[in-house]
Amino acid sequence: MTDAGSNPGAAVAPKRVRQSIVEIVSDSGEGAQKAGQSLGALSAKMGNGVWTVEIIPAEIKPPARSREGASGIRVRMGDRPVTNMGDEADMVVAFNEQVLYGRLGQGAYRPGTVLILENRWATDPDEKVRELYAKALIDFRAAGLEILELPLDEECKKHTINPRVGKNMFVLGMLCAIYTRDLDRAREEIAHIFEKKGEKVISLNHKLLEAGHAYALTAVPYRFEVPIWDAHGAKIVVNGNQAVALGMMAAGIDLVAMYPITPATSVSHQLGDSFPAVGGFLHQAEDEIAAIGFAIGASYAGRTAGTITSGPGMALKTEFIGLAVMAEIPLVVVDVQRGGPSTGLPTKVEQGDLLGTLYGAMGDAPKIVIAPATIDECFHMSILARRLAEAFRGPVFMLTDANLATGVTPIPRPVPQAEWLAPPPDQSDWDEAVPAYAWDEQTGISTRAIPGQRGGEYTLTGLAHTDHSKVAYSPEPVERGLRMRSRKLAALFKTLKPPVVHGDAEGDLLVVGWGSTLGAIEEAVDRAREEGHKVSSVHLRFLSPLEPGLGDIFKRFKKVFTVELNYSDLADDPYVPAETRRLGQMAWLLRAHTLVDIDCYTLSQGVPVPPGKVYHEILRRLGVTPTAQAAK
Amino acid sequence: MFGLKDDWSLKLPPRYFTLEDYDGGVARWCPGCGDHGVLMSVRRICREEQIPPEKIVNVSGIGCSSRFPHYMATYGFHSLHGRALPVACGVKSRRPDLDVWVSTGDGDNCSIGAGHWIHAMRYNMKMVVMMFDNNVYGLTKKQTSPTTEPGFKTNTHPRGAVLPALDPISAMLGMSNVSFIAQTVDWNPVHMHDTLHRAWKHPGLAFVRIMQRCPQYTGNIFEAFQDDPNSLLVMEHQDGVPVDPSLDRTFKNRIAHDPKDIHQAFDFAKRRDVIPVGLFFCDPTRPRYDQISSVGLGMSVEEKLQGLEREFDRFAL
Repeated sequence: MTDAGSNPGAAVAPKRVRQSIVEIVSDSGEGAQKAGQSLGALSAKMGNGVWTVEIIPAEIKPPARSREGASGIRVRMGDRPVTNMGDEADMVVAFNEQVLYGRLGQGAYRPGTVLILENRWATDPDEKVRELYAKALIDFRAAGLEILELPLDEECKKHTINPRVGKNMFVLGMLCAIYTRDLDRAREEIAHIFEKKGEKVISLNHKLLEAGHAYALTAVPYRFEVPIWDAHGAKIVVNGNQAVALGMMAAGIDLVAMYPITPATSVSHQLGDSFPAVGGFLHQAEDEIAAIGFAIGASYAGRTAGTITSGPGMALKTEFIGLAVMAEIPLVVVDVQRGGPSTGLPTKVEQGDLLGTLYGAMGDAPKIVIAPATIDECFHMSILARRLAEAFRGPVFMLTDANLATGVTPIPRPVPQAEWLAPPPDQSDWDEAVPAYAWDEQTGISTRAIPGQRGGEYTLTGLAHTDHSKVAYSPEPVERGLRMRSRKLAALFKTLKPPVVHGDAEGDLLVVGWGSTLGAIEEAVDRAREEGHKVSSVHLRFLSPLEPGLGDIFKRFKKVFTVELNYSDLADDPYVPAETRRLGQMAWLLRAHTLVDIDCYTLSQGVPVPPGKVYHEILRRLGVTPTAQAAK
Repeated sequence: MFGLKDDWSLKLPPRYFTLEDYDGGVARWCPGCGDHGVLMSVRRICREEQIPPEKIVNVSGIGCSSRFPHYMATYGFHSLHGRALPVACGVKSRRPDLDVWVSTGDGDNCSIGAGHWIHAMRYNMKMVVMMFDNNVYGLTKKQTSPTTEPGFKTNTHPRGAVLPALDPISAMLGMSNVSFIAQTVDWNPVHMHDTLHRAWKHPGLAFVRIMQRCPQYTGNIFEAFQDDPNSLLVMEHQDGVPVDPSLDRTFKNRIAHDPKDIHQAFDFAKRRDVIPVGLFFCDPTRPRYDQISSVGLGMSVEEKLQGLEREFDRFAL
């Protein structure tokens, strides 16, 4: 324990670290997230790689000082681009001790994590509170945390009458001192955040920031320096959902119809705000089914359209998805995946919709499915999705997840291109000799007539139909339609390149991933490779059709396994015969596709996979015991 | 200009559309089905109004009546069971230039599509919605529909339907932002035609319930009403459905009804001794979502690129 009255923080030399993870946790409404976002933003401006992710309780206003009520933020800073939220935190600032229990249970901390803890609870008038606080100190010490109890409230009271609303900026000041951040940039951030609240509020918060900074310089005996990697090039700071919204706008999507669903909704918040800037329209439908129906109607009428949803919404939309495939209606469908089945884990991550998206429709419904792996790709793949939907005349599915949706990071600022935008609907006369589905024999692709085109009149139908879109009453056109729709995937496949292997092209072990796990997997692979292990990884962006050459890549490794955020039976589960063991969804798919004996490592706890877990799994599969140094 | 005489310049003959231009082929409904009459009426209205066929979109759900778009030589969208309205609203949302007609049935609209029905009425986008109400599921072979009268025997209720029938007119009178509710019957084709035509002229969502028989399953449910012309209560008003003089001789049971009077409309909707026909309710001043949803159309590429830059600025480091 440190005596705040002494001066343990004076003249501590900063320790250079390649990366550091700090969390601020509090009851909801105490502004921890605002402080963390400011720290992230100013660190990014200084030239650090940054990834921030909010810690959100399930309820809007959970009771104060409750274990499940932790509200806050994690900020990971690095000397290179940061692509994921990392492993255990190095430092945590907590406004009360109870909220920490929840995070501790989620494995957010390790022995040696520094805990800066508000100590006003030690002298709380309520005996119960004092007891809980004392008990927590024992528990946290047992967990190995290095505890620094500080009178944050009392310090703030020297500058404001209500520390509850000002403590966050005081803490920001402290973290600026601890992480040797540029205080002027922090002042700018505060001026930006409180711009609308006026000069008085800004100057009070500046005062708190400076007070926190000065206080930490004396009271906190830790100093870190995370070297910068790049202060050049214009950047924007967005989360994955904002990137999707901006991407859909840059793609020239004209209409997005949606129904509120976590964790996809914030895409529509962004569109609701920004869409008018590009003349687009956001329709909030009466339900998930109507949302896709509305988008399909707009697309049929020649406007580029999309819908955004999550797992339960995908289930509800299934019948319309079948129609979009059957009648070949271009459409962008974004599924921000969350934990399932059923209502599952609405705010938490899972990659559980892969097979449902590929196969969850009646009959044979071939679809294009892609998955961005980074927040930058969330932007650019939205444009790709729109173009594929039109080129291949059908729905294109983009699977992101709650991890990408809530992670915030700087990405290169896109330069809008005119050719990204969709052309206006063709209203020229249609050659009446051309049927509604003039399928190209080689590709299955056909051009569509758009209402308003004279001579192109046809009735679109979800019934099996001929190339003239007439109801098929005989067997031949039924099968021809199926073949033509399937052929489109083969045509797309021929245009794709094999994925790039991260690491050597051959070796002992290959890790296969898709979606938001990219950063964690490559970080783990790099760590293992630095130690001399022959491990590589490959990350798939196209899930249907799969990218070419996978079988050849897999053959060059002794073992292949997927890392996925979904469920599989444990390989050594004594109650599950090996013959019936259920695997991760990508593993199923790749085994069927390549006939290679691919195993899986899955995680379905509603949390992103930390790089450390992948690293340990790599070592385990290589039969290596982690060294003491590597275990860190 | 350039010394050319005016009558030397090329003049394209104006397009004139005949009934054939809307004829999408022979309908495959049963002989005697009321759907045939509606189809003829709609084709005639299109011709009378000279709507270019390429500007018309017929949207439908699933059911007998939902085959309607296939028999029009216009653009058509035969969608999913119960989902005609979301699709139709989507078509209209960003293409206000298109003329949208919706064909739906009592099962399609009042059962599986009931949720969309409430909201489409509230969206009030300009289109004509025709509900072909034959009190039964025909295509799937005689199951109880929401408008089946209690006691009527069906394959799902062989001892007779057990619940009071859903009353679509009363239901709609209670929905928010409704702007046009009319009712007509298939055995009075003149009135049916005039009702649909009046509906087409309405600036908003015009809902027309067409009471009709299914010759296969409900051929005689309206027998008593058909036998007695006075059992049709014809609602009359200068803002209502115009009543053709040819009906004067036979359909003498008339009543003045101002379609702004929603309370009287409720009273009429509840009548079971007669079938009220004409316009129950109309308010052309209601907000229209198609006018709201079409904002931003026609923005230039340059404006869009500038708009994007402004949005990126908001996220700039």
